[in-house]
Amino acid sequence: MNEVHEVNTATHTDAVIGNVEIPGRGGGYRNAQPGRLWLGGRGLSLAMIGALLIMWWGATALRIVPSLFLPSPGAVARSFVKVWSEGFVDATLMQHVGASLARIFTALAFAIGVAVPLGLVAGVSKAARAMIDPIVEFLRPIPPLAYLPLIIIWCGIGEVSKILLLWLAIFPPILISTVVGVKATSQQWIDASRALGATPVQVLRFVVLPSALPSILAGIRLGLGGGWSTLVAAELVAATRGLGFMIQSAAQFLVTDVVVMGILVIATIAFAFEGLMRLAERILVPWYGKT
Amino acid sequence: MSAVTVHHLSHSYSDHTGRSIQALADVSLQIDNGAFVVILGESGCGKTTLLKLVAGFMKPDKGAITVDGHMIDRPGVDRGVVFQSDTLYPWLTVRENIAFSQRLRGVPRRERVRSAVRFLELVGLAPFADHHVWQLSGGMRQRVELARALNADPEVLLLDEPFGALDALMREQMQELILNIWAQTKKTVLMITHSIEEAVFLATRLVLMSPRPGRVVETLQLSFGGRYLTGTDARSIKSEPAFVAQREHVARRIFSRESS
Repeated sequence: MNEVHEVNTATHTDAVIGNVEIPGRGGGYRNAQPGRLWLGGRGLSLAMIGALLIMWWGATALRIVPSLFLPSPGAVARSFVKVWSEGFVDATLMQHVGASLARIFTALAFAIGVAVPLGLVAGVSKAARAMIDPIVEFLRPIPPLAYLPLIIIWCGIGEVSKILLLWLAIFPPILISTVVGVKATSQQWIDASRALGATPVQVLRFVVLPSALPSILAGIRLGLGGGWSTLVAAELVAATRGLGFMIQSAAQFLVTDVVVMGILVIATIAFAFEGLMRLAERILVPWYGKT
Repeated sequence: MSAVTVHHLSHSYSDHTGRSIQALADVSLQIDNGAFVVILGESGCGKTTLLKLVAGFMKPDKGAITVDGHMIDRPGVDRGVVFQSDTLYPWLTVRENIAFSQRLRGVPRRERVRSAVRFLELVGLAPFADHHVWQLSGGMRQRVELARALNADPEVLLLDEPFGALDALMREQMQELILNIWAQTKKTVLMITHSIEEAVFLATRLVLMSPRPGRVVETLQLSFGGRYLTGTDARSIKSEPAFVAQREHVARRIFSRESS
């Protein structure tokens, strides 16, 4: 029981660190050596990206690497425009993106719907925690991909299997973060509400849930990241649409520019998720860290 | 008629080494309706344990507590609690914090707003209704705590070192504020403090407690707070010979026991 709790806390700390050290925000770099860098942290990041792009372009322009292995930036950009307007393997880029997003958000909705209520119960009740902990600790360390063959045997190769695989990747971090958030709720906040007439259910709804929300959002952020990185694997199974499917098909036809373009799109969307979660935190828990 | 009766209360708890510590040993107390009772004692005398038991956050090992004739076994709206610091909800505004008990009871929004305004005015924070809690100073937060507890319309107000975290200037202002509120609302007050001057100034009844095990050693009837309410300046009361004599008497009672 104690060991389990240790692990949970470590996961939560990761989430908090992720919250502070946001790539591209650059606050950390500025604080490290104020006034010494003629470029800010953000400037350095952009310069690094620029340098990598130039090296990429140089390597292809000088034909150091054959274009089959590494297409030029121009070829990747052209493939983006082409797949956007004409499509690739029977679907446009937006349709591939749409299919992937629909899967991840369906899985996310189910994961939140199960993990948050379960986490609230597990956070409040020691008995429930004792029952749920072994399941979570079993699920958590196994890469979701390892379940894929079993999922296919159980659920077939349809949409259900893909969403279930993503769900397995998203669910554990949200559950663990919810439990951590619930257990961190100040006893005085709970006592105060009871003295103001709150029933046990009202304590959960009006005190414990809002108090745990920052931690729950951190869990959703971790889960979304984990789920998105499992996406390509999920879409390897008999998919006809989706970014993972697009990359896989392109690789089979050796259309490397579409493969690289697909990877960049996946990365961009992952980056957008981060921004989305940061926005959600600013709207839903503006008080967090201010007390 | 007594609002709160504490009847032969004993309570122990285990410290972090597992040793049993007797926090309260056979404590009895009658608190009259409308009284301002202050419990004074050094740390470890069980005063916080006593307040938590009256609030219903814990159950006593032995003895009983009644409020208005009803046995206490859990927290309830008949007893409002103000803690030492920061039990306001940071995700709610000042107004929403004050209206919290009414939200729990399902009072309509319009009625909640009207009632919150009344208590915001009572504690002098009307312009800060829509502020967030973290934007307020420590003294203002304690006033919001008071307003939140009062808005639930309790029979008894339990104050757990409510001004303990405030600076000396703010502390004196809050003492005057609590006296004015007590006079206006006619609530019964049970307050805990470790400030001798504060206790002597506010109490109509002062209960002195001593530690190991926690027990009542003396109770005094006082009326300095009433003098303030009839118009005498607080600072003048506190420098009067009668006040100083009483303060020194209480201090000697506490310190003499410490050395013995």
